[in-house]
Amino acid sequence: MKTVIIKYNAGNVQSVMYALDRIGVDYLYTDDEEEIRSADKVIFPGVGEASTTMSYLKEKGLDKLIPSLTQPVLGTCVGMQLMCRFSEENNTTCMGIFDVDVKRFPATPGIKVPHMGWNNITNYKSELTKDLIDNAYVYFVHSYAAPVCEYTVATCDYINPFSAMLHKDNFHAAQFHCEISGDIGQKILENFLKL
Amino acid sequence: MLTKRIIPCLDVKDGRTVKGVNFVNLRDAGDAVELGAMYAAQGADELVYLDIAATVEGRSTFIDLVRRVANTINIPFTVGGGISSIADVSALLHAGADKVSINSSAVRNPDLINELALEFGSQCIVVAIDTRYVETSEGVFEHIVHTHGGRKPTELRTISWAKEVEERGAGELLLTSMDTDGTKNGFAIELTSTISANANIPVIASGGAGNMEHFYDVFTEGKADAGLAASIFHFREIDIPDLKQYLQNKALPMRMTK
Repeated sequence: MKTVIIKYNAGNVQSVMYALDRIGVDYLYTDDEEEIRSADKVIFPGVGEASTTMSYLKEKGLDKLIPSLTQPVLGTCVGMQLMCRFSEENNTTCMGIFDVDVKRFPATPGIKVPHMGWNNITNYKSELTKDLIDNAYVYFVHSYAAPVCEYTVATCDYINPFSAMLHKDNFHAAQFHCEISGDIGQKILENFLKL
Repeated sequence: MLTKRIIPCLDVKDGRTVKGVNFVNLRDAGDAVELGAMYAAQGADELVYLDIAATVEGRSTFIDLVRRVANTINIPFTVGGGISSIADVSALLHAGADKVSINSSAVRNPDLINELALEFGSQCIVVAIDTRYVETSEGVFEHIVHTHGGRKPTELRTISWAKEVEERGAGELLLTSMDTDGTKNGFAIELTSTISANANIPVIASGGAGNMEHFYDVFTEGKADAGLAASIFHFREIDIPDLKQYLQNKALPMRMTK
């Protein structure tokens, strides 16, 4: 099996690589179109800001490539947000795989933004959450989120309910960081790699 | 619900933990990787590794340790000690650390916080503040930022410095009260509460944990988002699963792993 991690100007993807090492999966870290197209599984991770990451994807043609992929794709954190239609973070037009807009958490007295730390996900119904315990806790760090929509396959609640995971056809996405979400995160990654 | 976090802190020198560690069930209790993995398995929500020697010679050993930790554990971890440049941070993040913590270097050069936040994103920049309640030159008592392990006072007022580092782009505050540190009489509740209420970023309280109630107090009255301790975990005076169960029984949101 060939697993590719898409290389772009996102922050620290090292922990994603270590997570795959722990599972025992070989991977390629690349932005090469042929390598990405020929992969069995594609991971699109990301820590960063929407507009700068999106303009880099455009520069490299990855904004056209990613939506055209037909094998299982997993986007995480900013990777997930870039797969949506639009992000309020610097009013960025994104790839539009998921027809939903990413919004900033509303300012709420006494509640901190970013949403940082462990929170539980609920109502999950994805192949990636197969055999997961109820109310599983995963690790989040973000200030923007996709609202609950027709593609939502797991929900989290912070200020309002939002999409913790999205799914449409071969595209899967998680707002949280599977790679550092303990045994739960590892299980979700393993489920993805088994698709 | 977003949980309160329990964070064991490991002081390391030459890749080994230095604060007395008393775990008979570990093959090598001094091994910082093995100890961290055990805490992760017990349900610790995050780990902090501090390079307490932070010498030039020790740096490559520390980076090697960071690499081994990242390879072994599957929860977030922060590293700190002697970090003073973009290159330092880059090396540590590249080795697999999720966040870095800066302290004296931020006091010396506050612009470093802005530069690091811009380069790597606020989410991975923790600013550690060591504070002590002391009499100032004007003869009044105030919370003052200290450096050099809490020995050297600065000109900075703790409460305004906490606000400044947030404005400069810190993603999290690690607040250590040198007044309570080592006393086991509880965290500095009032100061933690003031700082956390003023902050829009998470505050990790550190210094003074002696029993489970102290964690309850710092999470409720102290408004802390996370509680950090070292020796009480290392000496097994408090076991993490017991602590989390205790706090959950008292209706605090906790990530229970068992």
